[in-house]
Amino acid sequence: MSTVATTDPVLTPAQSTPISLRGRLQDALPKIVLAPSFVITLVFVYGFIVWTAYLSFTNSKTFPSYALTGARAYQRLWRWTFESDPPSSWYTSITNMAIFGFLYVGICLALGLFLAILLDQKIRGEGILRPIFLYPMALSFIVTGVAWKWFLDPGLGLEQTLHHFGWTSFHFDWIKNKDFVIYTVVIAGVWQASGFVMAMFLAGLRGIDGEIMKAAQIDGASAFQLYRRIVIPLLRPIFLSAFIVLAHMAIKSYDLVVALTSGGPGGSAWLPSNFMYEYTFKRNEMAVGSASAIIMLMTISAIIVPYLYSELKEKAR
Amino acid sequence: MNRFLTTTAMIALALAGAHVSARAADVKEVQMLHWWTSGGEAAALNVLKQDLSKEGFAWKDVPVAGGGGDAAMTALKAMVAAGTYPTASQMLGYTVLDYAQAGVMGDLTETAKKEGWDKSVPAALQKFSVYDGKWVAAPVNVHSVNWLWINKAVMDKIGGTQPKSFDELIALLDKAKAAGVIPLALGGQNWQEATMFDSIVLSTGGPEFYKKAFNDLDEESLKSDTMKKSFDNLATIIKYVDPNFSGRDWNLATAMVIKGDALVQVMGDWAKGEFVAAKKKPDTDFLCYRFPGTEGSVVYNSDMFGMFNVPDDRKAAQVALATATLSKSFQSAFNVVKGSVPARTDVPDTDFDACGKKGIADLKAANEGGTLFGSLAQGYGAPPAIANAYKDVVSKFVHGQIKTSDEAVKQLVQAIDDAR
Repeated sequence: MSTVATTDPVLTPAQSTPISLRGRLQDALPKIVLAPSFVITLVFVYGFIVWTAYLSFTNSKTFPSYALTGARAYQRLWRWTFESDPPSSWYTSITNMAIFGFLYVGICLALGLFLAILLDQKIRGEGILRPIFLYPMALSFIVTGVAWKWFLDPGLGLEQTLHHFGWTSFHFDWIKNKDFVIYTVVIAGVWQASGFVMAMFLAGLRGIDGEIMKAAQIDGASAFQLYRRIVIPLLRPIFLSAFIVLAHMAIKSYDLVVALTSGGPGGSAWLPSNFMYEYTFKRNEMAVGSASAIIMLMTISAIIVPYLYSELKEKAR
Repeated sequence: MNRFLTTTAMIALALAGAHVSARAADVKEVQMLHWWTSGGEAAALNVLKQDLSKEGFAWKDVPVAGGGGDAAMTALKAMVAAGTYPTASQMLGYTVLDYAQAGVMGDLTETAKKEGWDKSVPAALQKFSVYDGKWVAAPVNVHSVNWLWINKAVMDKIGGTQPKSFDELIALLDKAKAAGVIPLALGGQNWQEATMFDSIVLSTGGPEFYKKAFNDLDEESLKSDTMKKSFDNLATIIKYVDPNFSGRDWNLATAMVIKGDALVQVMGDWAKGEFVAAKKKPDTDFLCYRFPGTEGSVVYNSDMFGMFNVPDDRKAAQVALATATLSKSFQSAFNVVKGSVPARTDVPDTDFDACGKKGIADLKAANEGGTLFGSLAQGYGAPPAIANAYKDVVSKFVHGQIKTSDEAVKQLVQAIDDAR
């Protein structure tokens, strides 16, 4: 350290050295602290994205191979998307993603907002109700999946119980039905996340200036108008945060599908993440798995980037 | 100076990373990656642990979070990619060859010569344990897949006898249905459905056809009318499954037979381990028959201990493990518990029960008669990509995504072609 200080031409008076050194250290400290995490992110997120993209153009099977062999993996996915009849696993995965993503995000937002508005009516026992709704979020997807698997299983759960109580005509076998199994994933997912969305909205509602509400009430706005015209538009930033959190949870909900349905009858509950894992690690077709991962990334970017851009641009204006 | 500090931090980070991967392994220790955790399996492995500790080698399980073969294989892949090889790993079929091709497997040829493995291990197994003339894996057992497991009490109640043909099997299932018992216990997971289909194809097309279609992947056979007939037979037999079968684990399906809720399960002989664990005796509590029409042939899979290319100082432990694994005493003790039969044909069958004795005799006959075939559903007929494509098609057929046998055959040819 001392050699560095003495050779530095700017430092002339001896007594100023400690102050200057400390000043420089203070300047540098944030960078030093950030450097490892920056490097780690750079390598382990962006580096591996590039690596995955590269692998998708090779003929990698069990282990990565580095000789480029063209876009064969993409050609296969393309064929599986548009020409396969009956539907391929890939086609099933992406249609399931559309169904699940749309319903999961939509219902969570709607239900979360609805619960938040109800809880915001200054009711008694809010302190108890709030954690009750929020608690499912503390469970992992695996626990949620297994619990709902038992609950929805016609031989063990709801159906069996109601039959015991005498309602023998009751029939609910979605979890064993190839056409409906994806909706059971929506049910379990919504159950887990809507309480969390509620908490976000509740925080947003509490942050709204009471004066605006009072003014609107004096102007004669009904409760419905109040929420529709004033409160919900003011909650827009919360919508953005909730949407981003939910969207990424929808995309990564691999474990929920596995725990709840083990892939569903004939693989009918697969999401693209299941497809990616299955092909990369179980079927030893790393190139196809990588290609599917890249397609997922591009699809997400195509949705999230314009949305973020429009939201953030509006804020800057 | 900023740059100086940043560089230092990065070098320190890199050094820390390098240090972790350079952790030395204990030379008197057998590091073993496996997914045998159920009671019987763990008890069976204890025999091996004791054999090794007598020779002074400690046993260390390589922990795999999540359990199950898939998680273990992913963990193994990561270890191999990082260059920290375990001494050995439980592996199946084509996986061994994959790793051997990647050049990470050790060479046990010397030990094999000394112990005479070439003569005692069936040639069909050597296809997977010998690569390029070198022994790279030690087979632990032979499971066969074409079995029927029947609850004897239910069989007596409905007055059934051993079915000799596919039609007789269907007649038997009809009897069970009429008596109000679930005729066929099946778990609707793709590997279980495909395992049953293995037997159906062998029964429908005969040994020659099975080999050509499911081991040689001959396109003409895959497209043939016999294959269509096999799918039709699958459609017939699926009608005898209870509506709640989808996603059920295989051992729960076995439990249905053990408890007498169901008459029969078509499953590999690991199902016998469940019967034995439930204190049931062959011929008094349960019956084991070959799938009708497959007598004389054996569709097999085998658990192998793949041996990795460990440094010389760890080699002694590996040789000890391999020798102990293929010793007659271990082969007998382990397989009595596991339900399978020994991987060498010269192990006496004295300790085995009736089903085990039959299994050993069948294996010997099939080995000599050339009717020992790798199970496609279990990863011994073709590499994983193709085996999984096959399981997909069978499962989609069972669950109704593929509706006719014509379509199924078309899909099967296409899927296998894609995966090649």
